[in-house]
Amino acid sequence: MPLLRIERVVKRFGTFRAVDGVSLDIHAGEFFALLGPSGCGKTTLLRMLAGFEGPDEGRILLNGKDIANVLPHERPVNMMFQNYALFPHLSVRDNIAFGLKRAGMARSEIDARVAEMVALVKLEGLEKRKPDNLSGGQKQRVALARSLARRPQMLLLDEPLAALDKKLRESTQFELMELQRRLGLTFVIVTHDQEEAMTVAGRIGVMDSGRLDQVASPRELYEAPHSRWIAEFVGDVNLFDGEIEAREHHRLTIATRDAGMLVVAEPRQGVRKTTVSVAIRPEKVKLSRLGPAPDAIASQPINRLEGIITDVSYLGALTTYKVRLDSGAILRSSMANTARIDIDAYNLSQRVVAWFTPDDCLVLEQ
Amino acid sequence: MNGPRGLSPFNVASLALGLAFLYLPIVILMIYSFNASRLVTVWGGWSLRWYQEFFQDRAMIEAGWMSLRVGATSATIATLLGTLAAVALSRGEGFKGRTLFSGMLYAPLVMPEVITGLSLLLLFVAVNAERGFWTVTIAHTTLTMCFVAVVVQSRLTSLDRSLEEAAMDLGCSPARAFLAVTLPLIAPAIAAGWMLAFTLSLDDLVIASFTTGPGSATLPIRIYSEVRLGVKPEINAICTLVIALISMVIVVASLATKLSGAQRETAAPL
Repeated sequence: MPLLRIERVVKRFGTFRAVDGVSLDIHAGEFFALLGPSGCGKTTLLRMLAGFEGPDEGRILLNGKDIANVLPHERPVNMMFQNYALFPHLSVRDNIAFGLKRAGMARSEIDARVAEMVALVKLEGLEKRKPDNLSGGQKQRVALARSLARRPQMLLLDEPLAALDKKLRESTQFELMELQRRLGLTFVIVTHDQEEAMTVAGRIGVMDSGRLDQVASPRELYEAPHSRWIAEFVGDVNLFDGEIEAREHHRLTIATRDAGMLVVAEPRQGVRKTTVSVAIRPEKVKLSRLGPAPDAIASQPINRLEGIITDVSYLGALTTYKVRLDSGAILRSSMANTARIDIDAYNLSQRVVAWFTPDDCLVLEQ
Repeated sequence: MNGPRGLSPFNVASLALGLAFLYLPIVILMIYSFNASRLVTVWGGWSLRWYQEFFQDRAMIEAGWMSLRVGATSATIATLLGTLAAVALSRGEGFKGRTLFSGMLYAPLVMPEVITGLSLLLLFVAVNAERGFWTVTIAHTTLTMCFVAVVVQSRLTSLDRSLEEAAMDLGCSPARAFLAVTLPLIAPAIAAGWMLAFTLSLDDLVIASFTTGPGSATLPIRIYSEVRLGVKPEINAICTLVIALISMVIVVASLATKLSGAQRETAAPL
């Protein structure tokens, strides 16, 4: 029995279907991310879990009980708001204690719980401050402590790190994961940042136009996306459209418009259409001056494309190249800078061979 | 030139003229309230004689007391109703007639007082209400409610809606969330609205004279009727006291608004 079961939930605003028939199970102790571009309905879905919106169709079951008509203040669920929504007239301590007072806890218990929460998010010494006198990172911590103080069965986080700068965001992501593991709570996070979703979550649900397109682990989402759209939304990808010419020994030969004949691994579930797209992640595309290393060729057939380097971006850990193939199409490749001094770095206008194995490719039908 | 530019002689002159135009009559009135002479226009030396006279003028004291009571009562009712109206209008986003209703609420702001006064008089006559304290109070509530609504609504619209949602999320019923979070945050605006309503009521002559009855004259009515028989220096003393009271209220109200503005910055997201 999952902690939370969402069954064919629909939410309309006028004629616009913000959430369009979403079904999803979330298990206790899970860190789940709802990922999607802005306006895809992920925040509306989260607000339905918190009780600020009611579903027009479908059911939301928490512990097997339908909570569609349960008001926000009666749900064992707490939410951390995107702009934190700290009460400006209350101190840090009173913000954290707010929900505890409503729960009718004794004063000594409240003090103990507040002290525990303050220690948990490392806010010692700031208890008497007003939110106005806190930095962005501190506000975020107060909001987190406040939403955890009531020990909810499920914590909902609406873009919790969007307002923080990159370094702080990364360290906070790890703290969130740490916290979730230590407390054994169920976290549901909404984010438009795919890197953030992949970092923190155990499972990710990708939403687009109100629909849940794919629910998968970060690795599965990246290496085996269900559709072109997801492949492009999660990370970078090279896509080549083509027709299946032949299939033998779990290998498909696909005639593409821009990259000639490509040999790719046949997906386990098979392919029904003949018009497909071949997706290759840039880091799977290797470059060399001459051709693939002999031992790579020995093990399996190799896809080999020639072209000219038109763009080199040095990013520190990685260097990304754009290779203009002889067909005129652009192939992207990214290579890890594993050596400090790279005598083999490629230059603009250099002619190179780009190669990848059939297993590096993915066949997408939509 | 270094630093911010100061005022040019032309600026100083125009500022002085403008202020003189506004305040010279009032300053003269205040100075003459300390005049010992019986004649308003002849200076007879400093004296508090007319203040003493005022405190012995039973009718005038009663009118002053009446004005204060009407002001406080009508301001309180207007604040209550105006706040409720502002909350309703700033909340009902999906409510179709919202623009119409806000327009209707603000119409009295620009309505000529003679019309408001006359229509209220007709109403009171029609329902056969005995004119006196309560009719003036109701009339002043009608006049001042829209001012309170404007002040409170502007504060409410700048308030982050998610604050109330956060309160509900943390265990407050909607009503509780309003009392625990929204009300403290809009309190300075409500206080400013009350003081605005109070001074408006204290000032009003037109509507009060339409709606009052025998034996319940407010201070402006009383002063006006005295002046028609000739200006006594005592009037100057009363006016000086009223000016002192009103400027005090205005200072407090603007301080409250400032405080509310400071909190507004805090309440804004990030």
